[in-house]
Amino acid sequence: MDYFLELFLGGLTRGSIYALIALGYTMVYGIIELINFAHGEIYMIGAFTALIVISVLTLMGMNTIAILVIAGVVAVIYSCAYGYTVEKIAYKPLRNAPRLSALISAIGMSLFLQNYVLLAQTSDFLPFPSLIPDFEFMEPYAHIIGSTEIVILITTAVVMVLLTILIKFTRIGKAMRATSQDKTMAMLVGINVNRVISVTFVVGSATAAIGGVLIASHVGMINFYVGFIAGIKAFVAAVLGGIGSIPGAVLGSFVLGWTESFATGYVSSDYEDVFAFLFLVLILIFRPAGILGRSEKHKI
Amino acid sequence: MLKLKNVQTFYGNIQALKDVTIEISEGEIITLIGANGAGKSTTLMAVCGIVPPRSGEIFFMDEPITGMEPDKIVSLGICQVPEGRRIFPYLSVAENLDMGAFLRNDRAEIKKDMEYVFDLFPILAERRHQAGGTLSGGEQQMLAISRALMARPRLLLLDEPSLGLAPLIVKQIFEILSKINAENNTTIFLVEQNANLALKVAARGYVMENGRITLTNSSKNLLADEEVKKAYLGL
Repeated sequence: MDYFLELFLGGLTRGSIYALIALGYTMVYGIIELINFAHGEIYMIGAFTALIVISVLTLMGMNTIAILVIAGVVAVIYSCAYGYTVEKIAYKPLRNAPRLSALISAIGMSLFLQNYVLLAQTSDFLPFPSLIPDFEFMEPYAHIIGSTEIVILITTAVVMVLLTILIKFTRIGKAMRATSQDKTMAMLVGINVNRVISVTFVVGSATAAIGGVLIASHVGMINFYVGFIAGIKAFVAAVLGGIGSIPGAVLGSFVLGWTESFATGYVSSDYEDVFAFLFLVLILIFRPAGILGRSEKHKI
Repeated sequence: MLKLKNVQTFYGNIQALKDVTIEISEGEIITLIGANGAGKSTTLMAVCGIVPPRSGEIFFMDEPITGMEPDKIVSLGICQVPEGRRIFPYLSVAENLDMGAFLRNDRAEIKKDMEYVFDLFPILAERRHQAGGTLSGGEQQMLAISRALMARPRLLLLDEPSLGLAPLIVKQIFEILSKINAENNTTIFLVEQNANLALKVAARGYVMENGRITLTNSSKNLLADEEVKKAYLGL
């Protein structure tokens, strides 16, 4: 039973990280119907920024929790700036172009950012210090779940609640929903659609950066390529849940996290990806729009 | 109030509007009639900044609005009820109305206006928590008009409000349009295929053919015009 619980919580942790990244994919897709392939790189840049900040602050001898928080905040700010700029440079000029053009631009942006970090930093794996201490109150449960995992789960939960409030109740959130449902009509009620799109990229980048910092301190190392792998997984999660749907992205992420966790635990870690993608294929056969995705309906 | 001067618009290389000149004074109801594909909807989209003119000028209250961003144009008091209603399908009726008031900040007044439109269309009050996409065509048209009213427009543009609706509902909607015009002095620019109906509500009319204004006159004269009768009134 303990083993099952361990795998369950391990899957939940993985799923949380996927969810933090998948949100960016699904929100951007919901608004401009673009798969933002550079999104994984935004997450990687978040992790790198945090690593640099951590290195500097550790030299100054600060308290580890304070370092983690400051690093997280700086990473979020940097990633948001990158996300915003990527949209302005690579997608906005192609707003009225065929969708394939923007998709190719996204792939180009992804490769560019990977190689930019490769050149500016290094191709080696860099150790990422685990700054989350082992909490004393967690000791009795240490064989099931670690302190880092608990921090990941709590942070993800807080981010989800904040995001739900943003989208459900704020003015900009309503504007985002309206824009994703009918862009022309959104313009006709006076919504500045370009601003809504920018905000969407910024919010998605922020959650990706938080995911980047958390997973890096969980895994303990990063390189320029981590964004690509995590990005693909999160993209799968978003499609699984129904791309464009925010609850769908979260649900899809957990389903993917559990699939991987249980496959690793009960079968073999070699089969982790096999099961993940097998599950994707199965779900898409029976629900082509994803678990919570909705197929387009038009009323004449 | 609104003036289009020699407006030309293109979709790619295809010219949709050719030298369109239209003028509307404050408080008027005017109509633009014409066949499918004549360019009526494009005219409204040009006014709203969605399809900006390639040449020509558009003035609102004597200020040029050519090439302005759509949200700026809405903030001046120009609102459109577009063809096909374009209700936000997954927002509730109340949220749809809220979106209409997107650029306003006076909460108390917004609430009052919501009561006002619920008064005009009681069915919407009943359905206020229902998703917009679940409403019937007629209810959606009422919601679309209400949503536009929530912005307190000075100029209301309507694109085929009668399309696909039962005659009784069409009658009701047109009565309310006249009422809005009379009560709030809202200027109305009505685009219709149903020329007979439109010319009865409007004081003046423009006839559009292949992107060009071919005729303009008072509604009374247009209703009596032999060409109009043959082409648009089915007489």
